[in-house]
This record gives sequence, structure tokens and C-alpha cells, in this order.
Amino acid sequence: MKLRTRIIPLLLLKGQGLYKTRKFRDETYIGDPINAVRIFNEKAVDELGFLDIGAARNGSDPNFDLLKDIASECFMPLSYGGGVKSVEMVRELVAIGIEKIVVNSAAWTDKGLITRIADHFGSSTVVGSIDVKRNWRGKEQVMIRGGQEKIALAPVDWALEMERRGVGEIMINAIDRDGEMTGYDLDLVRSVAGAVSVPVIAAGGASSISDLQAAVTEADATAAAGGAMFVFQGKHRAVLITYPTEEERAGF
Amino acid sequence: MIVIVDYGLGNLGSIRNMLRKIGYEATVSGEAEDIRSASKLILPGIGAFDSGMRDLNATGVVDILHEKALEEKIPVLGICLGAQLMTKRSDEGKEAGLGWFEAETRRMTFEGIPGRWPLPNIGWRDVKAQNGYSLLDESQGTPRFYFVHSYYMHAQTPEIVSMTSEYGFEFACGLSRGNLHCAQFHPEKSHVFGKRLLQAFAELEA
Repeated sequence: MKLRTRIIPLLLLKGQGLYKTRKFRDETYIGDPINAVRIFNEKAVDELGFLDIGAARNGSDPNFDLLKDIASECFMPLSYGGGVKSVEMVRELVAIGIEKIVVNSAAWTDKGLITRIADHFGSSTVVGSIDVKRNWRGKEQVMIRGGQEKIALAPVDWALEMERRGVGEIMINAIDRDGEMTGYDLDLVRSVAGAVSVPVIAAGGASSISDLQAAVTEADATAAAGGAMFVFQGKHRAVLITYPTEEERAGF
Repeated sequence: MIVIVDYGLGNLGSIRNMLRKIGYEATVSGEAEDIRSASKLILPGIGAFDSGMRDLNATGVVDILHEKALEEKIPVLGICLGAQLMTKRSDEGKEAGLGWFEAETRRMTFEGIPGRWPLPNIGWRDVKAQNGYSLLDESQGTPRFYFVHSYYMHAQTPEIVSMTSEYGFEFACGLSRGNLHCAQFHPEKSHVFGKRLLQAFAELEA
């Protein structure tokens, strides 16, 4: 039995616009999110992830109006992260059609948040997101608040703790690879996927279908996410929304 | 009028959005009056079996749902947890289900099956029609749908299995009996495949 691997474009929101970062910095304006969603719809994308980098950094509330417009155009699975701090916010997001909520910093500051969301909406509604930066010695450090603050837990330990609290999925994102299109940090992905029993989404660094494939075959991820790969074209990073066709991803 | 039963859980907005896209207006409501006047019902839901059943019971419309489904026999479609609630019980909880299908909801287990099978089963899976099921269009290639679940419906009578999929093993992902239909997957999140299924349901004779 060959299972189709989810290929997930991760789109970054700030204000009303869509942006792409490198190493969580150097934001480049990509365009209008609704327009992008329509294109991804036509391409029958497996899933879309939206992360509000403004809300993630300063903890402001999600932009519900924009998200409602986005969700009404989405006929595919949709996840959202950024500034989600309460069950009430999750209820509102679920009601507008976002069925997966990505939690990151708030899970660290509010120890009960994941469990409360999972109890109300089921584990599959909560995705635990872990951003990891390697220091100059190559040691992995978990960062929160959009890469601004270090926490005192190793990625595997934080992933296991998130699983214990009730997440249905873990997304592991390598900050150093973000937007760089140099391939995933496979060691990082493998260490987390090998430790938890929930599905793991690899993020950070994808540039090609073979990168996406490596996350699954070499690092045991169940899904592969990417950013730059789906919004840039060519070495000058011209903005162009793309997604692998059924032929290009055949057998994957 | 299609009524999407609102008992506080589920992708109500997404289902209405997709129906609207294919040209059908639907009402999202948990009110007795709306449900009584429905010509078709959709029972959505996400989350745990017991909390779903308790929330549904708390709306006070369960008797009307039974009446519409079993006596008036209007077309009913359960989705995800809504599908599981139409079975008799679940490994996930203690509450009794609606019991419209001779089926129970079981935890997926993979003993003796080689490979890694993380739960929940999240992703796009191919779906096959069984017992000549007419709501699933297989004429344009194998349809695929988006799944998110750790429990599946086990039919006690094989003739009610309308659709199957595979994750470690083959399992029923749809049941059907007369006017009653259900799907474990999310048609409202499954692009053109979901649109075709919802369209076929919306076109059923009331």
C-alpha cells in the first residue's frame, strides 16, 4: 500500500499580506493571501498552513476577518498558527473552517493550553510547532516567539511533552534552513519523528520534490512542508506560486 | 432545505462554503424548528465521541433527528465524528451512539502489520465504493479524500459498507442504508472529490 505524502505549502501572514522569510528574517512581500489560496485551490494542493508571523512575534490576536476570507476559499485542509492563546479563539477559528490550530509559544507559557484544546476539539485539532536553531557548535535550541527567545528544553523533549499534553501532530521547523532552500535538517526531523508516535511534519529548507521525499524516506516524517519552494521561481527568487503536479509527484 | 446540525463542534462553515460553491444554500442550526423543516440533514463533528454525543444530547434535538432519519427517512449524511455518532457505540467513550447503523466505532490497531502507522491517520487516501454505492463517483479516476481520525467504523453487517479505504488495513470509511449515509473523511476539505460527493448527496430525492 502506497500512502500519499502530504505536501504542505506554509504561507506567512503579516497584516493583510503574504510574506516569505529567510532564517525567520528578511521578509519579502509575496502578494495577496486570498489570491494565493485561489491558485493553490486550482492546483488541488493537499493542505495549506498559514502562520501569522506578526502575531507569533508580539502575541497579538489572530486576524479573524482575514482568516474567515481565506477559509471561505479553502476546499482543502487548513491549519493556522500565530497568537492563539485560548480555547475560545480555537472555537472561533474552527467555526470559520480552520480545522487545525498550530500552537508554539503559547504552549510554553500556558502549560495547560494544548490539553484544553485537545479535550474540547480532539487531538487532531492541535498541531504542536517547534522552531529549532542550531548554535555555533551545532547544538539544537528550541526557540519561541518567532525565533526570538530560547527555551530550556531539547527538541525531542519538547516534542514528547507536547505529545503527552495531547497534540495530534508535531511540526518541526529548522530556523537556519528557513527560506534557504538547502534541504531539510534531516537529523533534526529524524530525531523527533523517531521519538514521538504522532505524525511529524518536516519544515524548513525544502527546494525540490526530492527534498520532500527525503523527509519521509530518510527522516520518517509523514508530511513535508515548504515555503520558498512554492512561492519563488529561479535563482533570483521571482514570485511565482507553484505546486507539484500529479505527474511530478507520481508515487510519492 | 439542507440543514447542517450545529451542536457546537465541527467544520460547519467549511461544509456550508462547499455547498454554496456547488450551488446549494444550507442552514447551520441546532434549533428544533429548523431541523424539523429540513429536507436533508448533515451531521458534522470533530473531537471525541462522548463529548460529541453529550453536546448533541444537550441540544435537545436528538428525538427529532431520530424521527427525521428513521420515520420520515429524509437523506442524512454524517461526516467524521458525525459518522461515528451514527454507530451504536465507540471504543473512545461510554455514551451510546445514535445507533442508526449496525456498526460500532473501534480504535485503529496495527498489531502484526509491518510498517509505521502513526495515529491519527492524517492525510489523503484513496477511497473505493462498495456494494454499488452511488454517491461516490469513480468514473474520473480513483477519488481521494482527506482523513483525520484514530477510530473507524466497523460494520456488523457487511452490506451496509458503502466505501472503504486503507491505512495499515482496509477499513470501512463510509456506511449507507436507505436514506442514511456517512463518511469518515472530510468531503468539505477534499477539493473536487468532496464537491462531487456533496453534489450527489444534495441531488438525492428527498
